[in-house]
Amino acid sequence: MFRSRTFQIVVPALVVMALLPLGVSGYILGLLTLAYYYAVFAMSWDLLFGFAGEVNFGPSFLIGVGAYTAALLNHYWLWPIPPCLAAGAVAAVVAGAVLAVPALRLTGPYFGLVTLVAVLLLQNVLVLFAGITGGEIGLDLPDVLSIDDNTNYYYALSFMTVSGAILYGLSRSPVGLILQASGQDAIEAAALGFNVAKHKLAAFCISAFFSGLAGAMLIFYLGTASVGTVVDIAVGVNVIIAAVLGGRRTIIGAAVGSIFLIAAGEVLRPLGQLSTFVVSAVALIVILFFPGGFMGRLLQAGGRE
Amino acid sequence: MLALQILIDGFAISSLYALGATGFTLIFGVSGVLNLSHGAIMVVAAVIAWWVAGTFGAGPYLGALAGVAASLACAFFTYRVIVRPIQNSPSIPREEKEIFVLTGTLLWGIMLQEAVAYLFTNNPKTVRPLVEGVVMILGVRTPLNEILTAVLSWAAIGLLYLLVNRTRTGKSLLAASMNPRGLTLLGFELSRIYVLVWAIYGVLAGIAGVLLGAFLGVSSDNAGTLTASAFSIVVLGGLGSVSGSLMAAYVVGYLETMTAYLISPSIRTVPVLLLLVAVVYVRPQGLLGRR
Repeated sequence: MFRSRTFQIVVPALVVMALLPLGVSGYILGLLTLAYYYAVFAMSWDLLFGFAGEVNFGPSFLIGVGAYTAALLNHYWLWPIPPCLAAGAVAAVVAGAVLAVPALRLTGPYFGLVTLVAVLLLQNVLVLFAGITGGEIGLDLPDVLSIDDNTNYYYALSFMTVSGAILYGLSRSPVGLILQASGQDAIEAAALGFNVAKHKLAAFCISAFFSGLAGAMLIFYLGTASVGTVVDIAVGVNVIIAAVLGGRRTIIGAAVGSIFLIAAGEVLRPLGQLSTFVVSAVALIVILFFPGGFMGRLLQAGGRE
Repeated sequence: MLALQILIDGFAISSLYALGATGFTLIFGVSGVLNLSHGAIMVVAAVIAWWVAGTFGAGPYLGALAGVAASLACAFFTYRVIVRPIQNSPSIPREEKEIFVLTGTLLWGIMLQEAVAYLFTNNPKTVRPLVEGVVMILGVRTPLNEILTAVLSWAAIGLLYLLVNRTRTGKSLLAASMNPRGLTLLGFELSRIYVLVWAIYGVLAGIAGVLLGAFLGVSSDNAGTLTASAFSIVVLGGLGSVSGSLMAAYVVGYLETMTAYLISPSIRTVPVLLLLVAVVYVRPQGLLGRR
């Protein structure tokens, strides 16, 4: 494990990231904090897509359920942050299971559509009950994680590291291998005696857990929950782009992709409206010419693990 | 009175939906591609038509023509630069081609949308209609343009029907959707058939875009919604089934119109989404789809 290429890349990178607050402005730390939460979204998406082979078009459904559950509890019942986070994660798992149990009978585009519709419905519900949820404007929260940039940064970094380690470990475990087998050939995997549906459902719930938790933490970092930041289709699209860009089926790649996306958006800010265009174009070029993504390229260059 | 209003408005909207979804389902049926840049291509058609007809001052007919031409060019580009390279790429495993095509067309759609927003801003634009004026149908004020929209949509769908069922080229499209390998064995070149399908798609999406622009107005922000609605209609009707899509377009069009008139315009799309989820769970192959 210590000699694997992934390990050799990840550990120095983490050390650098942990030392960043010593020499970088609060503004950049803020951006990275955001990027780390996105990284968790993208890594949980990758577990579902890269390993279980299910395209979830609605990662922001799970994120949104987690985020809004936490937000409502905090706003109306003034629950302290930790139970809100726990409730958000649990709500996302429950919502994910409700969505997945019937949806996993479907495959390919049908599954994708159902997950997409789930996001649209959630968005509609939030906007319709604007009196309670704050609608498009959002719901402000009485509590925030911290007002200190460094503390927020370390919360996000450690959260990303722990979630990443769990998701990565899971993907390399026997369970991850079974998932991968079910994603590539569900019939054969079932013929070998594995319960494909059960494993996929488990993957969906794990993905939902981390998405929901990350969504809840993100809103406590931002101090407000709004449709635009945690539910909108665009959020989901960014998560998918980040995961595919960084290299699917690597987990770590999804995190790299997210950090790249946020950084690119910032570097290209002077271009104004055109920045989204350029980011999409870069992502498209990567997909067309290096389908393995950043990490796929990096890991391949040094031989397979 | 209200019933008649719903009947007329719903009919016009539904025929437009039908036209938009036909192209989408055609591509899926023949080449198995779900084109997520669909909405953006329709927006491009509408905005170019608006620009050429209005700002450029060439009149509504030339404008409409330019819009369709732009959509054709976009469709062609989508196929040659994005879909085909992904399908032919040796480094993408076969079972992942689908997600790559989806992601690729999605990104391309975002690029088109952003380009339109940059060049023409994202303000809603209404294309100058081909005909102006209103008529009274049994006491309901109906713009002539609304009637023209329905007529043109059905004319385009009718032409497509004739093309597919009555001509040799069209029959080869049908054959490609049933058994591509068999068709190649008979000496047809599959890639030419695909180019043809994308060309037909470009024209259909272009007409739909221009008509939509004249009927309801279009902004670059609508691209995602347009794709989602085409996707929903096509799944509701059964992926790859053209007659299913037509039927589904009417179900969706009328359901939306009724909701908007009878309950509230703000929840216009909600019943459709619920219906969609119900249908997909109970009958995943859609109304008329084959499994």
